[in-house]
Amino acid sequence: MSPPDYTTDEMMTVEAARQLGDGDVCFVGIGLPSAAANLARLTHAPEIVLIYESGTIGAEPDALPLSIGDGELADTALTVISVPEIFRYWLQGGRVDIGFLGAAQIDRFANINTTVVGDYARPTVRLPGAGGAPEIAAQAGEVFIILRQNPKAFVETLDFITSVGHLDGGDARARLGLPGRGPTKVITDLGVLTPDPKTRELTLTQLHPGVTVEQARAQTGWPLKVAPNLATTPAPTAAELEKLRALHRRTKLAHARGAAA
Amino acid sequence: MAKIMPLADAVAAFVQDGDSIAMEGFTHLIPHAAGHEIIRQRRTDLTLIRMTPDLIYDQLIGAGAAKKLVFSWGGNPGVGSLHRFRDAVEKGWPRPLELEERAHADMANSYAAGASGLPFAVLRAYAGTDIPARNPNIRSVVCPFTGETLAASRALRPDVAVIHAQKADRKGNVLLWGILGVQKEAVLAAKRAIVTVEEVVDDLGVDPAHNAVILPAWVIGAVACVPRGATPSYAHGYYARDNAFYKAWDAIARDRETFAAWVRRHILDTADFDGFLASLREPAHVAA
Repeated sequence: MSPPDYTTDEMMTVEAARQLGDGDVCFVGIGLPSAAANLARLTHAPEIVLIYESGTIGAEPDALPLSIGDGELADTALTVISVPEIFRYWLQGGRVDIGFLGAAQIDRFANINTTVVGDYARPTVRLPGAGGAPEIAAQAGEVFIILRQNPKAFVETLDFITSVGHLDGGDARARLGLPGRGPTKVITDLGVLTPDPKTRELTLTQLHPGVTVEQARAQTGWPLKVAPNLATTPAPTAAELEKLRALHRRTKLAHARGAAA
Repeated sequence: MAKIMPLADAVAAFVQDGDSIAMEGFTHLIPHAAGHEIIRQRRTDLTLIRMTPDLIYDQLIGAGAAKKLVFSWGGNPGVGSLHRFRDAVEKGWPRPLELEERAHADMANSYAAGASGLPFAVLRAYAGTDIPARNPNIRSVVCPFTGETLAASRALRPDVAVIHAQKADRKGNVLLWGILGVQKEAVLAAKRAIVTVEEVVDDLGVDPAHNAVILPAWVIGAVACVPRGATPSYAHGYYARDNAFYKAWDAIARDRETFAAWVRRHILDTADFDGFLASLREPAHVAA
């Protein structure tokens, strides 16, 4: 069998893009979520509404922004509003269908840590912190999380819960009074995990082509539950790959611009 | 009432050792020139407030100007870590940095509360997270109408706010556009405000004027004209974000000595922001 003509990151981004529907209102995190959301916009979901926390509503960037408030987002947005307004009227106001987040670490209930590894006061690794994620995770209609799957990222116990997924499972979100449904998909470079309908524990429901259950288990820091009817992700189509690679080419050119430091 | 003055005079007059200072600008219009001037004037023991510390506070923290940071996301966006911030938190270099950590929605709401003259902000936030346990300024309040428990966050009331904007007129009325962040709220929440601008003009030239984002001269202490003063951030309509600089910063800031040499050469040994910009064009500057 010849090796596939795409990378695991490309598979992850393509599959993440496929989760988004045309016309969805999506609050987009920077990095992998932004790549996936824009790929969706450039392929099957031209009417998707992308909201960035910098206050841009309906952004249609030609290249991916390096930061969350690049001029490209403002230039292509339907409207640009202040940061208090984006969080108050649009996110807390309940106008976001899907929150699309990245994460440094998650646990089996899709809780997210982006704050510290180790003790809070004397951290081994100080991570960036919350940003907009806690309220996106709480208040978007549902949440997709995209991150690469490995034992450092998929951990048994988080040192810090920055953003709540399903906390300790079951009806925890309802008990906390969180408005949104929480994480419904975790898309990785190996496959897709979805919360069990009852326990809310992440379950491997889909593997990308060529990936085995053993590999997925080895890259997960807890005993990974696997769905009995495990699906295989369709490989990226030529059209999807072409759009994604062109997007990355344009992005690379755009990010190289500017007087060198 | 705003006085138009050189940036060095504005910092000397309005920023004191020990002040709490909010230098805002969300990716866009980050007041880098003012940050440099604070380093140049060797201000110290500052409480730095900012949603995204970014390079501007990485520089101030690494230069030893800060004793405390109030923030919600401390990374180099799209690039990686803020190494000076991390070194201060993880290793206490060049001095320990006290953290007060919130989320973006909280910072935005708490600036709005400060601007509104309220003691705290009310928002639906933090349920189930570990953030409030680490910040005594995040508590909760019960809604008197519905009984819902909501987050209550102490208002942000900085001693000084510093922002960068596109234009001011000769009276010191300030106009900004594009991504607005929390600049208006930060200025109105603060006791004093400094605004640096790309240009000072006879007429702001706003047409139609009614909904333009204008900060009247009478809420601002000083306006300083500093062309390209947001560099390597950007000013919509004037120049683009210098993404290459943000990427190069990773290597400059990763190492204490490289960073110190960079600050010496490009900030301490230059007279002003024009000098800084000129120093970047010299071939032998300290870069990646």
